[in-house]
Amino acid sequence: MSVTIDNVKKIAKLSKISLSDDEVKSFLTDLNKIIDWVDQLTDVDTDKVSPTFSSFGLEEDTNQRNDVIKDGGCRDAIISNAPNSEDGFFLVPKVID
Amino acid sequence: MAKLNELCLHEARDGLKNKSFSSRELITDHIDMMESSRSLNAFITETPEIALKSADSSDEKISKNTNGPLEGLPIGVKDMFCTKGVLTTASSKMLSNFIPPYESTVTNNLWDNGAILLGKLNNDEFAMGSSNETSFYGPVINPWIKNNDKSPLVPGGSSGGSAASVAAHIGVGSLGTDTGGSIRQPAAFTGSVGLKPTYGRCSRWGIIAFASSLDQAGPITRNVKDNSILLESMCSHDLKDTTSSSKEIPNFEKAVGKSIKGLKVGIPLEFIQDGMSDEILKMWENGKEWLKKSGAEIVDVSLPHTKYALPCYYIIAPAEASSNLARYDGVRFGHSVSSDDINNMYELTRSDGFGEEVKRRIMMGTYVLSSGYYDAYYLKAQKVRSLISNDYNEVFNKVDVLLTPSTPNSAFAINEKYDDPLSMYLNDVFTVPANLAGLPAISVPSSKDKNGLPLGLQLIGKPFDEETLYSFANIIEESSSFESIDNKWWLQK
Repeated sequence: MSVTIDNVKKIAKLSKISLSDDEVKSFLTDLNKIIDWVDQLTDVDTDKVSPTFSSFGLEEDTNQRNDVIKDGGCRDAIISNAPNSEDGFFLVPKVID
Repeated sequence: MAKLNELCLHEARDGLKNKSFSSRELITDHIDMMESSRSLNAFITETPEIALKSADSSDEKISKNTNGPLEGLPIGVKDMFCTKGVLTTASSKMLSNFIPPYESTVTNNLWDNGAILLGKLNNDEFAMGSSNETSFYGPVINPWIKNNDKSPLVPGGSSGGSAASVAAHIGVGSLGTDTGGSIRQPAAFTGSVGLKPTYGRCSRWGIIAFASSLDQAGPITRNVKDNSILLESMCSHDLKDTTSSSKEIPNFEKAVGKSIKGLKVGIPLEFIQDGMSDEILKMWENGKEWLKKSGAEIVDVSLPHTKYALPCYYIIAPAEASSNLARYDGVRFGHSVSSDDINNMYELTRSDGFGEEVKRRIMMGTYVLSSGYYDAYYLKAQKVRSLISNDYNEVFNKVDVLLTPSTPNSAFAINEKYDDPLSMYLNDVFTVPANLAGLPAISVPSSKDKNGLPLGLQLIGKPFDEETLYSFANIIEESSSFESIDNKWWLQK
């Protein structure tokens, strides 16, 4: 499978990354090279194979905890890294007209 | 008297315990070394004030005999670990102003054990790279140079600063993270010992996420014994990470020096590659000989799906990364470019905040997860991953450990591979399978190539059997009599 210019533009849109025309061209070349290379996986017969999403959990279960509040009360510490905030809230551009 | 930063971790530990010197004296020598080695660009943030203050508190504990196992010892931390109140950047413009309000579990464990933060170490941006050249803060320079050519070399990556600092005798050990070889490859390039533990051995909580099903924290040190000591303090069962193991944490140090007599070493034939250099082949042969002499049995084994590990990794890791890095939106923390339109703000923020390799991987990951391609790429890769894991499960019914080279070559020059992403990816060919299968693996220095640069051997073990790796790595270390750096050419006089 090969990637087209329109694919690259669509992926950039989905990734929420704005690209210049030059960047689109250069990612087109890179992605096609990488895709060509990973396409060798089509040689492997996986018809009867189930996927492994994580190597954990084969020997023990993943951790679960009770759904209770364990910490909190640190609003100001969390907000302290926000680029824009007001009255303890994150500030974003207007979303709804 | 030699500077105290020349001591390795266990020597410094014992010296502090015997009161041969104070933690303040030890820390002062390490700070001096850190400051006079700035040309290596290993550190993004130096924390001398924190270190000296902690040293005084460690000295007090030592005098009262309430010292922890790592009391008073200086450790460098890869800038992927969140450290409370200390800038944590992932070597990205995106986090160039991020001060975490919390501490990662692994670093917290170290401070609880008495260790002292020396500074935050440079790495490839978001740990994506094999040469430390993708860092927003510029490349790290390898303290090793060729005998006859003084051009600067990469330290490997992504834990380039972690490996370079340890090799340059700054800090007695460092923390790295390994998603596809990011501890073992730079350890090999810098003549250091680097271990990627079994997936689940160290908590991932508070480590900036790259590919969550592959990421593991691990130690880089100047010898095997030090590595075992540092690992033990890093581990804990952490309910804040759903994949943190509750298995008992052994005394890893006890495994160092243990006999390997009668144990079986597998040599995976598929790791022998076309065009593999004679030096690498010879190093591998030497490794076999050393282990054989120590009473181990060498067995040829087959891991038939080895050649698919790298392409499989370069689907799964970017896919997970594209999802993990969606959080960098310019709203809650990090770099932000303002705009009146929210989508425009996201796009401009991410376009400006991420470097080229990070964007490439987000794009690749988004592509393989997108509608119409998910089954063909992402799901296919996860199935191939099952086959790779099965190969290892079967082999470990027959052998106790696998021996391979750590890398296909020694350290390369800055800019040598930077413009060709694929040739850079190929550097991880021997290290990636252990991440896909979640297995522990260690790189140990074994010899030097014709240019005088370090080469490393890799040992891959059964799940949660880091102890056997340490026993074997110790034999390689003793047999190789590898000498660390003597020419400190980079020092600013």
